[in-house]
Amino acid sequence: MSKQRFGQTPSQTVGPFFHFGLPYENDSNLIVGDAQGQRIVVEGRVTDGQGEAVPDAMIEIWQANAAGKYDHPEDVQDKPVDSGFHGFGRCATDKDGVFRFQTVKPGAVPGPGNTLQAPHLVTFVFGRGMLKQLLTRIYFEDEAHNANDPVLGLVPEARRATLIARKTNPATYRLDIVLQGEGETVFFDY
Amino acid sequence: MADVIPYNREEKGAQPPSLYLPYKSTEFRAPKQPLVILPHTLSEVTGPVYGHGRVLPVDADLTKQHAGEPLGERIIVSGKLLDENGRPVPNTLVEVWQCNAAGRYIHARDQHPAPLDPNFSGAGRVVTDAEGNYKFTTIKPGAYPWRNHPNAWRPAHIHFSLFGPSFINRLVTQMYFPGDPLFAFDPIYQGIPDVKARERMVSRFDMENTIPEWALAYRFDIVLRGRNATPMEH
Repeated sequence: MSKQRFGQTPSQTVGPFFHFGLPYENDSNLIVGDAQGQRIVVEGRVTDGQGEAVPDAMIEIWQANAAGKYDHPEDVQDKPVDSGFHGFGRCATDKDGVFRFQTVKPGAVPGPGNTLQAPHLVTFVFGRGMLKQLLTRIYFEDEAHNANDPVLGLVPEARRATLIARKTNPATYRLDIVLQGEGETVFFDY
Repeated sequence: MADVIPYNREEKGAQPPSLYLPYKSTEFRAPKQPLVILPHTLSEVTGPVYGHGRVLPVDADLTKQHAGEPLGERIIVSGKLLDENGRPVPNTLVEVWQCNAAGRYIHARDQHPAPLDPNFSGAGRVVTDAEGNYKFTTIKPGAYPWRNHPNAWRPAHIHFSLFGPSFINRLVTQMYFPGDPLFAFDPIYQGIPDVKARERMVSRFDMENTIPEWALAYRFDIVLRGRNATPMEH
């Protein structure tokens, strides 16, 4: 590896007082117009190693649109960008540790080699007591392609369910995020 | 579909562990299971290109967000956002938030006995220019007490949130002020294992950007992960 000339700036916690600095209007609604695809709610609750709600976490998601296209210059797929949809969302947890996004179900996107990745949300968790953010993913239980997803395939089978949101009604998916302990969510080293 | 160009991984020693017991709140919020090593895919090397929303000039001057002038020492904070190869990171959102000169946040959960300032909210946003530069005007934040350990005080700091060219680059950090005697007692600052890397979070006094009879200045450059510029060496 070549030696880097500049060292990375270290990560620090968002602390307990980010609520007046980071949330913004409609931050958890990714639908900004006449978005294509199935409109869904993705929600869950963040809990800690004592099973307590985490009321001062912040979740951010990044996702492809319904066609499986990221609105970014490095996505060179011949698929349409959707002007009614914004791929980024942010949601501070409420007093019960709950987060909730309004979005569309993403399409499948290319993975390493010739693989295809099942629809998923790239998900960061920030919070007081977290010196650096944690990276996880949210998949959807009704996607047959989960069985062949190259990233889920890296996760020990017994823990995969922690990444797969359950369908709680026709347009709502739920995935709780457990920072530590029984049912601990899979987090990635990235 | 060609494989994506991955970003560098976390620099060892420069990034904190999730569990650092001197910072007590990490005890039950750090994962205990091993992290799963994730190769970077298209999902990670893409990201929101322009952050969110429209950024207005007033967002970059925290001293002009109310009818009157806030109390405290007016400062200009500027710097460059770059990657590990020294390449500027242009057109990316920088979000900042901080307490006031007395060390009080405008937040319901901050109830320590220091005054709020009706002329200071403490939140700002700015977008880096084509060379990766950002600049904002604010007042110097105060130190404040917290309950991590007996007589715990946070060194004065400004919170920074950065995006960069991909979601993998996402960084939240804190900018400190040079020579703060509280560094030695602060488990958040000390949570960075490499002593030299900690110092990257300390701004430097910036005489060049001061404005006579108006404001002092500090400079804070921020380095996000880069990509290997050259092919693998064997």
